[in-house]
Amino acid sequence: MNSIDLEPAEDHGSVPAVYVHHQHPVPDPGIEEHIERYTDANPAAGRRVYAQVVGMLALVPVMAIAVIVIYFAVPRQASIRLGPLYANAMNVGLGVTGGLMVALIGFAAIQWAKQIMGDEESVDYRHPILSSREDREEFLSMVDDGVRQSNLGRRRLIGAALMGALGVVAAPAVVLLSDMGPYATPSRIRATLEKTVWAEGVRLVNDVTYTPIKASEIEIGQLVNGEPEVIAHMEGAAKIEAIAKAAIIVVRMDPKSIRIPASRKNWQVGGILAYSKICTHVGCPISLWERTTHHLLCPCHQSTFDLGDSGVVIFGPAARSLPQLPITVDSEGYLVARSDFTVPVGPSFFERDSRHDFKKGDN
Amino acid sequence: MARPADVTTAESSAVEAHEPTAPHRLSSAGAAAEWVDDRVGAARLGKGLIRKVFPDHWSFLLGEIALYSFIVLLLTGVFLTIWFKPSMAETQYDGSYQLLKGIPMSKAFASTLQLSFDVRGGLLLRQVHHWAAILFTAAAVVHMLRIFFTGAFRKPREINWLIGIGLLSLSLIEGFAGYSLPDDLLSGTGLRFVDGLIRSIPLVGTWIEFFVFAGQYPGTSIIPRLYMAHILLVPALLLGLVSAHLALVFYHKHTQYPGPGRTEQNVVGYPLFPVYMAKAGGFFFVVFGVLVLMGGLMQINPVWKFGPYTPNQVTAGSQPDWYMGWVEGAVRITPNWEWHLGHTTWSWNIFLPGVGLMGLLFTSLAAWPFVEAWITGDKREHHLLDRPRNAPTRTALGVAGMTCYAMFWIAGGNDIIATHFSLSLESITRFMRVAVFVAPVIAYHVTKRLCIWLQRRDQERVLHGSETGVLIRTPEGGYYEPHEPITVDQAFVLTQHDEMDVLDATEGANANGLPPRDGVVVSKRRAALSRWFLADNLAKPTREELEHAHDHGSSAALTSGSDHD
Repeated sequence: MNSIDLEPAEDHGSVPAVYVHHQHPVPDPGIEEHIERYTDANPAAGRRVYAQVVGMLALVPVMAIAVIVIYFAVPRQASIRLGPLYANAMNVGLGVTGGLMVALIGFAAIQWAKQIMGDEESVDYRHPILSSREDREEFLSMVDDGVRQSNLGRRRLIGAALMGALGVVAAPAVVLLSDMGPYATPSRIRATLEKTVWAEGVRLVNDVTYTPIKASEIEIGQLVNGEPEVIAHMEGAAKIEAIAKAAIIVVRMDPKSIRIPASRKNWQVGGILAYSKICTHVGCPISLWERTTHHLLCPCHQSTFDLGDSGVVIFGPAARSLPQLPITVDSEGYLVARSDFTVPVGPSFFERDSRHDFKKGDN
Repeated sequence: MARPADVTTAESSAVEAHEPTAPHRLSSAGAAAEWVDDRVGAARLGKGLIRKVFPDHWSFLLGEIALYSFIVLLLTGVFLTIWFKPSMAETQYDGSYQLLKGIPMSKAFASTLQLSFDVRGGLLLRQVHHWAAILFTAAAVVHMLRIFFTGAFRKPREINWLIGIGLLSLSLIEGFAGYSLPDDLLSGTGLRFVDGLIRSIPLVGTWIEFFVFAGQYPGTSIIPRLYMAHILLVPALLLGLVSAHLALVFYHKHTQYPGPGRTEQNVVGYPLFPVYMAKAGGFFFVVFGVLVLMGGLMQINPVWKFGPYTPNQVTAGSQPDWYMGWVEGAVRITPNWEWHLGHTTWSWNIFLPGVGLMGLLFTSLAAWPFVEAWITGDKREHHLLDRPRNAPTRTALGVAGMTCYAMFWIAGGNDIIATHFSLSLESITRFMRVAVFVAPVIAYHVTKRLCIWLQRRDQERVLHGSETGVLIRTPEGGYYEPHEPITVDQAFVLTQHDEMDVLDATEGANANGLPPRDGVVVSKRRAALSRWFLADNLAKPTREELEHAHDHGSSAALTSGSDHD
């Protein structure tokens, strides 16, 4: 009984690679006997299911009419309030009636199949998927005939030339896609990814009202979302592209409670510092400011930067400090940039030279 | 010449005596049916198909849910394209949603608002479309798990498994493209993430970024391009692969769970016409109907609350759709590894969790059927499904994989967990960094032990019957629990599976003293893997053991097979 058989090769056509125990301690009892359903045995139950199926199908046109009536009769902006449900009336009406209309067809069909259609199980027989030996041989001989007819045997170069030709066709097809975008040449990268609209003398403005930010109006602990003033005169895609790199946050901290490295002494105005708002991880605009710890947290992936220490990373997946924008005040007391950012803002890219980013402990 | 049609000859069937037969029910449509058959031979094609047998099981409905959601996506998607404008050109909103009136936004976002507020039924179909996308990916994933745990990917179905992996990866791309189209604040944040992901690819990242976005982020081309991919390129590929997937299911005939009379050579169930047409067709309408109800009653992606995209705004608690959550989590918890070599930056902190992890998942899924077949040396066709407990190592690996996925997924909500449970974000992140490695190992061992415990319980039931929970006191004062015998059908299900021998390294003899099979060299490593995969299985009881057990515990003898209560 506990014998070890090899799978019979003719059953599966290939040589088995494994010893399989085919002992069946309990012999196959065969397919279960069919048991009559309640709906078959009890005529009343059968009639009930019949009525259910027809009833469900009869409700479908009712629902369809309801959908059409709701579509035309319910005002578009009307709302519906039912306990916790507060929603657009047409949307709820169309959804409920339309959903029931469709689902009822399904429930009727399934009820019909499960309760009324004959439920004797049928058996199909499987045949091995692989072709028989004869089929394989016949096919191979047909291939041979074809190859002979093509004369490829004697004129081999046609085959090679055809394959080569087909392969070469792919090259123009790929080249046709070259105009999908500009080439990322070093000069273009310098002109795009590594440059923002900030420049010497550009005023910092509030990002909603575009009013210039006066140094005297920022209090300690306050954070202002800023933009360069030039943005106000831009439009459309150019504006969005500019914002995507030039967005900043302006914070004022008590100069005594923060560390300002010697190289950045004149990048700030009395504890007012400006940093890029674009995370150095994947580029989300950073917005969660903890004024007591000077920490700035990115809401996307929780990289945390210390604005009291030149924007170094203190937690999370970002690898580089937030770039700081050197600022000063103009003659009217408004904050202005001293220059563009000194390093590229935003997420890393391969060609980025990241050796000059501020690292913790730099001076 | 006389017209031939009028000539009757002795051979003509018209003069033969006929039993009068009832006309076939199709004969009322006879002319049309004949017209079709004359041209395509419909009867010859159809006779092989319409009574094709499909086995019944609830778990076979999972793939159907995915298929039907896909059909709903196609139907609702066509409706949405009538109004949606895939343009990033700026416009001032002038629709009926008062809170955004006069705000500059892209035409894509404005037309999404128009669909939601001004087109009757537009919001419903938008929401049905979004729910269907979520259900589609969810059903596809659970369907894949069912295939994995029951071993339905084994020969001859490996190709269909690969098609399924292709479908799953394409559907993630499709879902993400659709999520990005409305150009609201949330979808724009998602695009920004993808931009960072693309940039992180070593050597060519910046080139790809410039090609995808037609310049620097965000540009004006990405939404029209994603639109093309979302409504044409990817759906066409999906449709082709879905067709091939179904055709192969048809051609191979569906797998079935083990049971009395179910063998590797047959398929037991109900015929396509009428039972499966009614059941599967009906189920399509049920899935469709439930999705419409969801669209009517459950809000999804209220883009008007997020507002138009601008690169300097973001909402705290931004989350992708569920199927990207695990990548999001991986990106959140990966430490900030970045190389700064010379003039270059290598962003492993983004590339590894983003591009690398997705590649790893899909590669290991695609490879598994071949890896398992190599480990076991099993080259047989399989049409009877495994009960997951009978392949404990595979089941444990699957659960470990699910656990790892779940850990990444949970990490994708670390901020939500921190705020809801007042926990430290840093601690959760550090915990998850460890959990993604440790939790799968624990899950693996627990699952494997559970499977073997289930095998032991099966054996117990076969040999001694089921526990009854009844304690009987004998006149002598002893206690025992009588066991209820199980039916022959049940006992057969518990014992029908094949047992494979561990492969032995070709140097040295087989455990059964048989010589190594000709021509096949089994390395020591492969033998070790085979031992890992198979050796912990509990041996089935032999017929002698069964008879012996039944002789001693008379109450546990098997009852007749026809007993089905």
